Amino acid sequence: MKAAQNAVPFNNDPALQERLQAIIEKYKDEKGALIPVLQQAQDIYGYLPIEVQMAVAKAMDVPLEKIYGVVTFYSFFNLYPKGDYEISVCLGTACYVKGSRKVLDCIQETLSIEPGQCTSDRKFSLDTCRCIGACGLAPVMLINDDVYGRVLPAEVPEIISKYQ
Amino acid sequence: MKLQDLNSIKERVLSDVLESTETIRVLVGLATCGIASGAVPVMEKLTELAAGNEKISVSKTGCIGICQYEPIVEVITPDHQKTTYVKVTPEKAEIIYKEHLLGGTPVPDYLVGTVLPSGEDEIATCLEETIFYKKQHRIALRNCGRIDPEQIDQYIATDGYQALGKVLTTMSPDDVIQTMLDSGLRGRGGAGFPTGLKWKFASGNRGNVQKYVCCNADEGDPGAFMDRAVLEGDPHAVLEAMAIAGYAIGASMGYIYVRAEYPTAIARLRIAIDQAKELGLLGDNIFGTDFSFDIDLRLGSGAFVCGEETALMTSIEGNRGEPRPRPPFPAVKGLFQQPTILNNVETWANIPRIILNGAEWFSSMGTEKSKGTKVFALGGKINNTGLVEIEMGTTLREVIEEIGGGIPNGKAFKAAQTGGPSGGCISKENYEVPIDYDNLIAIGSMMGSGGLIVMDEDNCMVDIAKFFLEFTVDESCGKCTPCRIGTRRLLEIMEKITSGNATMKDLEHLEELATYIKEDALCGLGQTAPNPVLSTLRYFRHEYEAHIKNKKCPAGVCKDLLVFSINPHLCVGCGLCQSKCPTGAIFGTLRKPHVINPEICIRCGTCISACKQEAVEVV
Amino acid sequence: MADVNIKINNVDYQVPEGITILEAARMANIHIPTLCFLKEVNEIGACRMCVVEVKGAKGLVTSCVYPVSEGMEIFTHTKRVIDSRVKNLQLLLSNHNRECLSCVRSGNCELQSLCRLYDIREDSIYDGEKPMYDLDGSAVHLVRDNNKCILCRRCTAVCEKYQGVGVIGPNERGFNTNIGSPFNMKLADTSCVCCGQCITVCPTGALAEKDNTFDVFSAIEDPTKHVIVQVAPSVRAGLGEEFGLPVGVGVEGQMINALRALGFAKVFDTNFAADLTIMEEANEFIQRVQNGGKLPLITSCSPGWIKYCEHYHPDMIPHLSSCKSPQQMFGAIAKSYYAEKAGIDPKDIVMVSVMPCTAKKFEIGRDDQAANGVPDVDIAITTRELARMIKRANIDFLALPKEGVFDDPLGKSTGAGVIFGATGGVMEAALRTAVEKLTGKELENVEFTEIRGTDGIKEATYNVAGMDVNICVCSGTANANKVLNMVKSGEKNYHFIEVMCCPGGCVNGGGQPRQPAEVRNFVDIKALRAKALYDLDKERPLRKSHENPDIIALYDEFLSEPGSHKAHALLHTSYIKRPMYNDPKSHPVKK
Repeated sequence: MKAAQNAVPFNNDPALQERLQAIIEKYKDEKGALIPVLQQAQDIYGYLPIEVQMAVAKAMDVPLEKIYGVVTFYSFFNLYPKGDYEISVCLGTACYVKGSRKVLDCIQETLSIEPGQCTSDRKFSLDTCRCIGACGLAPVMLINDDVYGRVLPAEVPEIISKYQ
Repeated sequence: MKLQDLNSIKERVLSDVLESTETIRVLVGLATCGIASGAVPVMEKLTELAAGNEKISVSKTGCIGICQYEPIVEVITPDHQKTTYVKVTPEKAEIIYKEHLLGGTPVPDYLVGTVLPSGEDEIATCLEETIFYKKQHRIALRNCGRIDPEQIDQYIATDGYQALGKVLTTMSPDDVIQTMLDSGLRGRGGAGFPTGLKWKFASGNRGNVQKYVCCNADEGDPGAFMDRAVLEGDPHAVLEAMAIAGYAIGASMGYIYVRAEYPTAIARLRIAIDQAKELGLLGDNIFGTDFSFDIDLRLGSGAFVCGEETALMTSIEGNRGEPRPRPPFPAVKGLFQQPTILNNVETWANIPRIILNGAEWFSSMGTEKSKGTKVFALGGKINNTGLVEIEMGTTLREVIEEIGGGIPNGKAFKAAQTGGPSGGCISKENYEVPIDYDNLIAIGSMMGSGGLIVMDEDNCMVDIAKFFLEFTVDESCGKCTPCRIGTRRLLEIMEKITSGNATMKDLEHLEELATYIKEDALCGLGQTAPNPVLSTLRYFRHEYEAHIKNKKCPAGVCKDLLVFSINPHLCVGCGLCQSKCPTGAIFGTLRKPHVINPEICIRCGTCISACKQEAVEVV
Repeated sequence: MADVNIKINNVDYQVPEGITILEAARMANIHIPTLCFLKEVNEIGACRMCVVEVKGAKGLVTSCVYPVSEGMEIFTHTKRVIDSRVKNLQLLLSNHNRECLSCVRSGNCELQSLCRLYDIREDSIYDGEKPMYDLDGSAVHLVRDNNKCILCRRCTAVCEKYQGVGVIGPNERGFNTNIGSPFNMKLADTSCVCCGQCITVCPTGALAEKDNTFDVFSAIEDPTKHVIVQVAPSVRAGLGEEFGLPVGVGVEGQMINALRALGFAKVFDTNFAADLTIMEEANEFIQRVQNGGKLPLITSCSPGWIKYCEHYHPDMIPHLSSCKSPQQMFGAIAKSYYAEKAGIDPKDIVMVSVMPCTAKKFEIGRDDQAANGVPDVDIAITTRELARMIKRANIDFLALPKEGVFDDPLGKSTGAGVIFGATGGVMEAALRTAVEKLTGKELENVEFTEIRGTDGIKEATYNVAGMDVNICVCSGTANANKVLNMVKSGEKNYHFIEVMCCPGGCVNGGGQPRQPAEVRNFVDIKALRAKALYDLDKERPLRKSHENPDIIALYDEFLSEPGSHKAHALLHTSYIKRPMYNDPKSHPVKK
C-alpha cells in the first residue's frame, strides 16, 4: 500500500483508555476473545494504532506479533485512521458487471486518492468492498451509512459535493 | 415456558395481528435492500399517517424477495386480500394511504403487476400472483416478508419453536438425527454434505464432552445474499434450528459467525437472542427439560476464507482465519478442539419445518439426491433481480426466463455463473439441465451458496473468469503454496490474455496450473479457485483463443484489446470529442471528420458519450 | 494400538493405527519429501510437498497429517503426485530469490535439494510479480532475507511454541503474507532472545546467523594479536554432522586439531570455565541457603534465557545467579590470569569462542562483561561457522587424528564441565560439588540420572545434609515461563532451578548444525548429541569440578576462594530490565 504514514497523532485521552480497559476486562476470560476486543477497540479509536495493540497485548497476555498478524489478516481492521466520510465502492459481481469499476475510477479522479487512502484534510477516505448484498441496486457505492444505488460515473462529483 | 404457553401466544398473535379480521395490516420490506432503496422514509410516512388509527397497523418485515422493485409495501385487508405495491416513495405511500387504506380502492399504477415487465403478470395485484412468485416454493424463506422479524411472538404464531418443543418433549436425540438423515437435507453452503450425517459424526459421547454448534453466516460469495435475507427476515428460525442440533448432538453452546458487513442482520439476531432468552427458549432447562442451550454472536472481520469451516473456527478462536488440514474433521476436533457441527444459515432455516412436517414431506421434493428447495440470488443481466427459492430440479431456463423475467434490453443469454468464485459458468447448452448438486458439478460448476449471476452477449467470459480470480487472489489466506502463489500466477496469465500478450503456450500453462491448484490446495477456497477459469475454458474456449490469436475481445470488454475509431461518414467534425478527450488523442479540423490516434487513446470512452452523432465506434 | 493393513505402492504393510501416511511410508523405507512439517510443532499441511495419492480420495492427500486407516491404498510416486510436486516447486521458485551460488545454504538447502531431486529445469516458467523485501540484519545474531522465505512457518512455530517468545509471525494475507515482526519492526527492536532456534529449522537461506568467520581469519592474520580460542562442550557433539557424520558422534580430538590447524595460538576448553562456574555457582547457592538469600536460585549460563528473563520476567532478576556464563568467565580469566602468566597485554589478546549458540553473539556485547577493561570475549562464532572455517581452510577434518589435547593452563576439565551442554547437566555438575561441600562426604554415585533426559521440565528432591533440596530443570523458554509462573503463584517451592534457553539444552542450540526436517522428524537430535557428552563424562578420570587440579591452582594462585572479592570482580555480572519493544515512534509504520 502506498504513502499511508500515520501522520495523525495518537489520541491518548484517558476516557478512551478507560473504555478500552473495560472491554478487555469484560472479555478477558472468554475463549477466543481477541477478535471481539479488537473490533470494539476499533470502534473506540476508529483504527488500531500500535498504542492500542500494545495495550491489548499487555492486558490479554498475547504477543504483540500475534495481534498484528490478526489485524493485518482481516480487511476490516485498519492501521490508519479513516476520513470523516468513508467512501466504499462495491466491486462484487453484480456491481462489477454493471460498471462499478468506472464509478471507482471517477471517485479516484475527483478526490485524487487511491483506495486505502485518506484525503489530506481527513475528510474522505476511499475503499473498495465486496458484495454488500444490494445487488439489485448495482452499481452501489456507500458514503458512511448512506447507500447510493445505480450510480452513474457522471453523478459521482455531485454525490461527493453533498459532503464537502 | 411450556408448550401450552407457546400455543397461547400463537393463538393470540394470529387473531390479533397476523390473521386479524379487524385491522388492515401494512407491511414494509425493511431488509438491507429495502433500506438501501429508501424504505425507511416510506415506513416513517405510513407510520405517521396511520398514527392514532386503530384500524391500521404498520409493521416492518424482512426481504420480500424482489429486490429490483424495492421499496415494497404490502397491504392485507381484514378480508385477507393482499396487495403488493412496488417502488414506493413517501409520496406514493401517501396516495396509497388515502386511496387504498382509507378509501378501500387499490392504486393500480404502483401495483406489482403494472410495474413488472412480464406480460403475463399484468393482472397480478399481489406478489403471489406473479410468475416470479408462482414458480417458487418457499421453505427457508417462508417467513421472510411475512412477519416482523423483531417480534418473537409473530415467529411463534407461524409455528415457531414448535419444532424445538417437539424434539425436546417427544423425540430422542437419535430420532432427531434419523429424521435429518431421512430428509436427505444437504448443506446449503456450498459443498452439499448431508446434514444428518454431519450431526451423526458429532453425536458420540453425549454429555461427557463439551461440543459446539456453529452457524456459518459469513456469506461472502459475491452475488449471494440469501443468508442475509433469512437473518434479517426470520432470525428465530436459525436459533431454533441450532438448539435442535444442540439437543441432537449433545452441545450446550452455539456460535453464529456473521459478517460484519450485515449490520441489520446482526442487530436483528441480537434482538432475537435476547427475546428467546427472555422467554426461556434459549438458556437453561428449555421447556422444563434438562436441555440447556445458549448462543453467542461472533462478527467476521472481512475475510472471505472464514466461510470455510475450519477457517471459521480458527477465527472464532481468535486467530488469523486460516484453514486447517482435515482430518481431523470438525465433528471430531472442531472449535477449541472440541466436536463441532457447522451449518449455514439456509440449511438451518429448513430444519424446523423438517422436524414439524416430517422427513418424508421434505424428501418428496427435489431430485433423487438433492432434496427440498434451494434459494438463489438472481443478479446480473436479468429483469427480476432478487431472491428466489425453487424446488431442486427446476431448470436454469425456468429460473431465468420465467421467474427471472428474462434478459433486459432484448439481449441474448450467454451464461449463468453459479457458486460464486468457487463455481463455474453454465452455458446455453445446459439451459435445460435440472438444477441440483450433482448436475451442477457434472457440468463444471457447483451449487455454492446460491449466487446466480446472469450474463448476456455483452459480457466477456475471459474477463468474468479473471474477475473471479482477482477475488480469490485477494481473499486467499496465503497459507498453502498452490493458493498463495498459484492463483496469483494464474491471474497473471489471465492478464496476459486479456491484454493481448499471451501465446497459445500460455493457454496450456493456464490449464495445467488450474488443474494442479484444484488438486493440491489445502482448503475448499483454493481447490475451487480455478473453477471459473476451467469452466469458461470448457464452454468458451473460442473466446480465449480470440483474445490470444486475433488479439480481439469478441464482447468488446477487455479494454486493452479495443480499438476506438471515428466513422468518417457519421462524423460532422463538431470537435466535441476532441475537446473532451483527456489525453488529446483526437485530431481533426472543424467540420471535417476527426481521427483517433490509437497510440495515445486510453479507451476511456469519453468521446463516445460526447458524440451526438454516435460516430465513435469500438472494435 | 492395533495394527491396520494398508498398501503402499501395491505392497502390503501392517502399521500401527493412528500414525500418519508419512510415518507409515517411512516404515516402508519411503521418504516422502516435506517442507513445512515439523513433528508436534508445525503440523499445518501448508507446503503441499508431501501430497500422495490415496485410492478413493477426491484430491491429493496431505501425508504429513493424514492418518492411515484399514485398507488404505497409498501411492507415493505416481505421475500425478510427481507432477504436483514439480508444479509446487516451480511456484515456490517463482517467488524465490534464486541466487543459489552466493547463498549460505547452497549445498544443504532443503528447497535446493528437492529441486535437484525433481529435476526442476524450467525454474522460471511461472515468473511474475515478486514482492521485494529488505534484509533485516538489525539483530546481532541473525539476518532475515524474506526474499528466500517459502512461508513454511517452521521459524514462527518454534519461536512461539518452544520458546514462548513469538516475536515473529505471519503478517498480511494471501500473496502478501510475510514473516516478520509487528509493525515491520526490526528484530533488534523486539524482545527476541537471540536463541537462533528459527535458524536451525529454516529449510532455506531465509534465516542465517551473522557470519563472523572473516573477523576470525583477519585476527589470526594480524601479527600484533594473540588469538586464542575456547570451545563450548556441545560443539564437539555436533560439529561432526557438518562433515557428514551421523548425529551424536563426538569429535573432540579432530576439533582440537582443526583449531590448531586454523592457526589459533592456544586452543582452550570452555569446559574449564564450566568447572569454574560450578565452583562459583555452588558457592552462591550454599551462601543463599545458609544466609537466607533469594531462592530459588536460577542458573545463568544461557544468555538466551537471561535475555528472556530480562524481557519477560524482570521481577525474577534477583533470583538469577550473578555468575557470568562459562564463556564470559573464560574470557575474564584468559585476559587476567592467563595474560599475566603468559606475559601478554590483555589488549593484545583476541578471545574467540566457538559456541553452539547464537545468543552468545549478543552476550559478548552486554554491559558488565568486560572485567579487564576490554571485552571478556571478542568474537563468538557458532558451530556452523567453525565448520565453514575448517572447510574454507581446506582442512580434511575427518582425516585428522582423533586424539587431541587442549592447551594448558585453561584446557583441563572434569566430566562435570562436559555435561553442561545437555539439559540438566549444569544442575548435575552443581550437585556433584554442592552435595560434597555441604555433607563433607564423598558421593558414592556421581550420576544424578533423575534430571537427565530431554523432557522439557524435570524435577527432583534430594536430601542433602538433612535438608530437602527441591530442584527443577527446564529447557526451552516456553517451559521456563511455565516454571516461573508456578514459582510465582506459590504452586512450586524450588530451591534451585536450571534453565536452558534451547529445548534439550546447548546440544540443540541455535548455532548447531542444521539438520533437515527429514532427520528432525524421525531422529531425536538432542538426545543423541547429549549422549555423546554423557559418554565423554564417563571417560573423564575426574568428574567433579572441585577436583579439577587447574581450577584448584587458579584459586590458590589467583582468586583465593569462590566468591572472593576478586572472583566477584571477574566472574560475576549484573542484569537489567528490558522493554518488550523499543519505542514505536522511532519507527514509521508501513503497511
